[in-house]
Amino acid sequence: MKHLRSIDELGVDGLVDLLQLTDHMAEINQRPVPKVPALRGRTVASLFFEDSTRTRLSFETAAKRLSADTMTFNVSTSSVNKGESLRDTVATITDMGVDAFVVRHKSVGIPWQICQWTKASIINAGDGAHQHPTQALVDCYTIREATHAQNFAGMKIAIVGDIKHSRVARSNIQAFTLLGASVVLVAPPTLLPPDVSHWPVTVSHRLNEVIGGVDVLYMLRLQSERMAQGHVPTLREYSEQYGLTQQRVQALKSDAIVMHPGPMNRGVEMQIDPSDVKNSLIHRQVANGVSVRMAVLFKLLGSGSNLGGQA
Amino acid sequence: MSKSLVIKGGTIVNRDSQVIGDVKIENGRVVEVGKNLKGENQLDASGCIVSSGFVDLHAHLREPGKEEAETIETGSRAGALGGYTALVAMPNTDPPQDSVAVIDFVREQGKRAGLVDVVPSGCITLGRQGESLAPMAELATAGVTLFTDDGNGVQDAALMRRALEYAKGLGVTLAQHCEVAELTKGAVMNECSCCTDLGLPGWPSIAEELMVFRDIELVRITGASMHFLHLSTERSVELVRAAKRDGLPITAEATPHHLSLTQELLASYNPVYKVNPPLRSNADIQALKDGLRDGTIDAIATDHAPHPRRDKEMSLDMAPPGMLGLETALGVVLAEDACEIRDVVALMSWNPAKIARIDDEHGGDVIAGANANLCVFDPQLTWSVDPERLASKSINTPYIGRTLRGRVRHTIFKGTPTVIDGQAQR
Amino acid sequence: MSKSVSSSASREAMTAADVRRAIVRIAHEIVERNHGVVGLAIVGLQRGGTWLGEEIAAQINKIESEVSVPVGALDVSLHRDDISLRPVSLGAISNIPFDLSGATVVLVDDVLYTGRTVRAAMEGLNNYGRPRAVQLAVLVDRGHRELPIRPDFVGKNLPTHRGDDVSATRDGVFVTPNSEVKS
Repeated sequence: MKHLRSIDELGVDGLVDLLQLTDHMAEINQRPVPKVPALRGRTVASLFFEDSTRTRLSFETAAKRLSADTMTFNVSTSSVNKGESLRDTVATITDMGVDAFVVRHKSVGIPWQICQWTKASIINAGDGAHQHPTQALVDCYTIREATHAQNFAGMKIAIVGDIKHSRVARSNIQAFTLLGASVVLVAPPTLLPPDVSHWPVTVSHRLNEVIGGVDVLYMLRLQSERMAQGHVPTLREYSEQYGLTQQRVQALKSDAIVMHPGPMNRGVEMQIDPSDVKNSLIHRQVANGVSVRMAVLFKLLGSGSNLGGQA
Repeated sequence: MSKSLVIKGGTIVNRDSQVIGDVKIENGRVVEVGKNLKGENQLDASGCIVSSGFVDLHAHLREPGKEEAETIETGSRAGALGGYTALVAMPNTDPPQDSVAVIDFVREQGKRAGLVDVVPSGCITLGRQGESLAPMAELATAGVTLFTDDGNGVQDAALMRRALEYAKGLGVTLAQHCEVAELTKGAVMNECSCCTDLGLPGWPSIAEELMVFRDIELVRITGASMHFLHLSTERSVELVRAAKRDGLPITAEATPHHLSLTQELLASYNPVYKVNPPLRSNADIQALKDGLRDGTIDAIATDHAPHPRRDKEMSLDMAPPGMLGLETALGVVLAEDACEIRDVVALMSWNPAKIARIDDEHGGDVIAGANANLCVFDPQLTWSVDPERLASKSINTPYIGRTLRGRVRHTIFKGTPTVIDGQAQR
Repeated sequence: MSKSVSSSASREAMTAADVRRAIVRIAHEIVERNHGVVGLAIVGLQRGGTWLGEEIAAQINKIESEVSVPVGALDVSLHRDDISLRPVSLGAISNIPFDLSGATVVLVDDVLYTGRTVRAAMEGLNNYGRPRAVQLAVLVDRGHRELPIRPDFVGKNLPTHRGDDVSATRDGVFVTPNSEVKS
């Protein structure tokens, strides 16, 4: 496997492999000295064209725990991404000897386009509203950890919120359904993409009708700009209809899990404090981020990339 | 003055006849059409079609303002290689073609290049801003017969109505790029399921259809002539078909890429496939082809839109839309096998010459006395596109590596060959 | 390292009974050498050494029954420095549920060959703490060392060719000559 760019490119076998490999990494992170030499001599460069301290640090920590060297390029969005500078930046960094790029960009397709300009492995840390595969891996791992389920057959997962603009939603829909879950999207019609009829999901516009039957409630963030763009009349109305309120928490099954990819918009999609939600796994999503990313880096760059069929 | 030239052994396609024969040219005109003609120079046309030269209603020559992508000279050369003897130059240059000075400049540059007739179009609104009318009468006096804000549609219905009324008085034709801008903000491709998967905003079909509908009705009440640029959807074709049944003075064009390429190509993330209007579905392609066959669509126009390599290496959302078209138009149209050769000549030469009102010199039958603006093309020859060998300064063609059918062998412009055996002569 | 390969061409170097007796002897040697079991810990190497570590610990517990010797498993695949001959076995993760600091750790593996696995294991142990001493117990020493590593406790010294494949389980030790995979 050379790149991790999207969940559908990864496929179900790749997905399951990475989840199992994450167990190894999670164990390493429990050790008093959480460091192994597996990627010694390799260099991982972060190319973040969108701000994200948390994801970037998660990747850098993962690289360092595997003894890889790291480089960070924080390209601010104001020096907007003219093709020339993107191509030059990538080619120049590759010449310095980079084995993998971790790329986050507001434009869809950049992780595929970059491949023309470098031989390094590409890890997509988010391209526009398209894909965020490592987040999906973190979320699948977190669910697996909590339920001890190797696959998600029979599990009902609701993804609530701004599906239209969400790369987390697109990656998770693919990942959850590949693992066998049935997924329901809950959103007002204006926050759904134009045509989801070919997606393996069901759709509901009423959270109250769905919430009592789900095993996992996955809340997406609603950006305040969506009101200005006319997708929702007011944030208050959105929050009343689709937010996680105290009442809705009580309507959940006793063993249902609540998740959110962060950062949260308090008072919008989350009306209550997640630490007050009994089955919130949001803190586990954060904790598992490093282990998952270690698995990804090792799979692409380590001797594990020669896995083959050996026992 | 000039030596006589005989084009030997081609199939001469005219409106009422198709015969194999020779065409003798002297002093810029066809002097004789027959058999076994002799002349001082000769060009072999065996196996080829001989017709009036092609006329492109829609070419972006980028000069003045974006000479990095193309100049009038390089665009003219690309046109000549594609069998064109006239190109209507779109007005979204910098400065735009909304003043006599720029119109004259473009025309002069075309004359200096001497490869095709460069026919400058004028803007409908000043600066193409969509706010107030451009000095259409002044431009018409300077010879402009076709006006458009191409690149944008005129959004204001009241302004468009006034423009049509004014144009009627001048006897000129307005051409519309149909796109309701508020429905297409940030669009990157056709609004369809692929767009859903990619998380990208799209151009919905109704953004085009709403303006087609609006302008048909405005033509109905004003009586002015309207030409629809690059129609791309099934419903647009239906609307125009109905309008023609009602006898309205409306014409329409379609591009080779909208006849051959679909939206799925955008899944490659390659901005070379980004174009406005976007590549659409198979159903839309079928409807356009039906429109070609039943006369709803009058002309094939390339919308030749060069962009420098750097611009098409950006991300999908940042890259400018547009593809090259002049050198590949014939090859794509014949490969798509959508209609008979005679129809191809009508769509690429006779009809566009009339729409551009240059049918006194272009698009006429190949008979004695006609202007010698001719195209000699081999309709069977298959070839594939090598971007490095295109005459255009840019290389943003979506047909790299594809096999096309049909290629220009010779082009004659005002009696002089601009292309011989597929090579430009100047 | 071991592979669960056996074919008609393989020869039996140790029977199941031989293996059992070797385990008993090794357990006694460990206890003797360390003057008892105080501070002792057994760590078997994934995958081939974990069953053996558990067996040896069980034997030790029979010999000195007042204290139970802690047993753990160590996955060295992420510590290897060579192109992976023992790639990551998904599911076979490390598990060392006790504090190693100051302990005498006996690393256990089924087959000792180049010594690279053991080197990686010693480095891996450092992640868990600083043992007082590290000793090595193997069922089979097949020679061909590439590093200065020597075992403290050996079941059997078994000369082999480089191309041979050696498998060691409770059922016995089998050598399959000229295996295609270098093991």
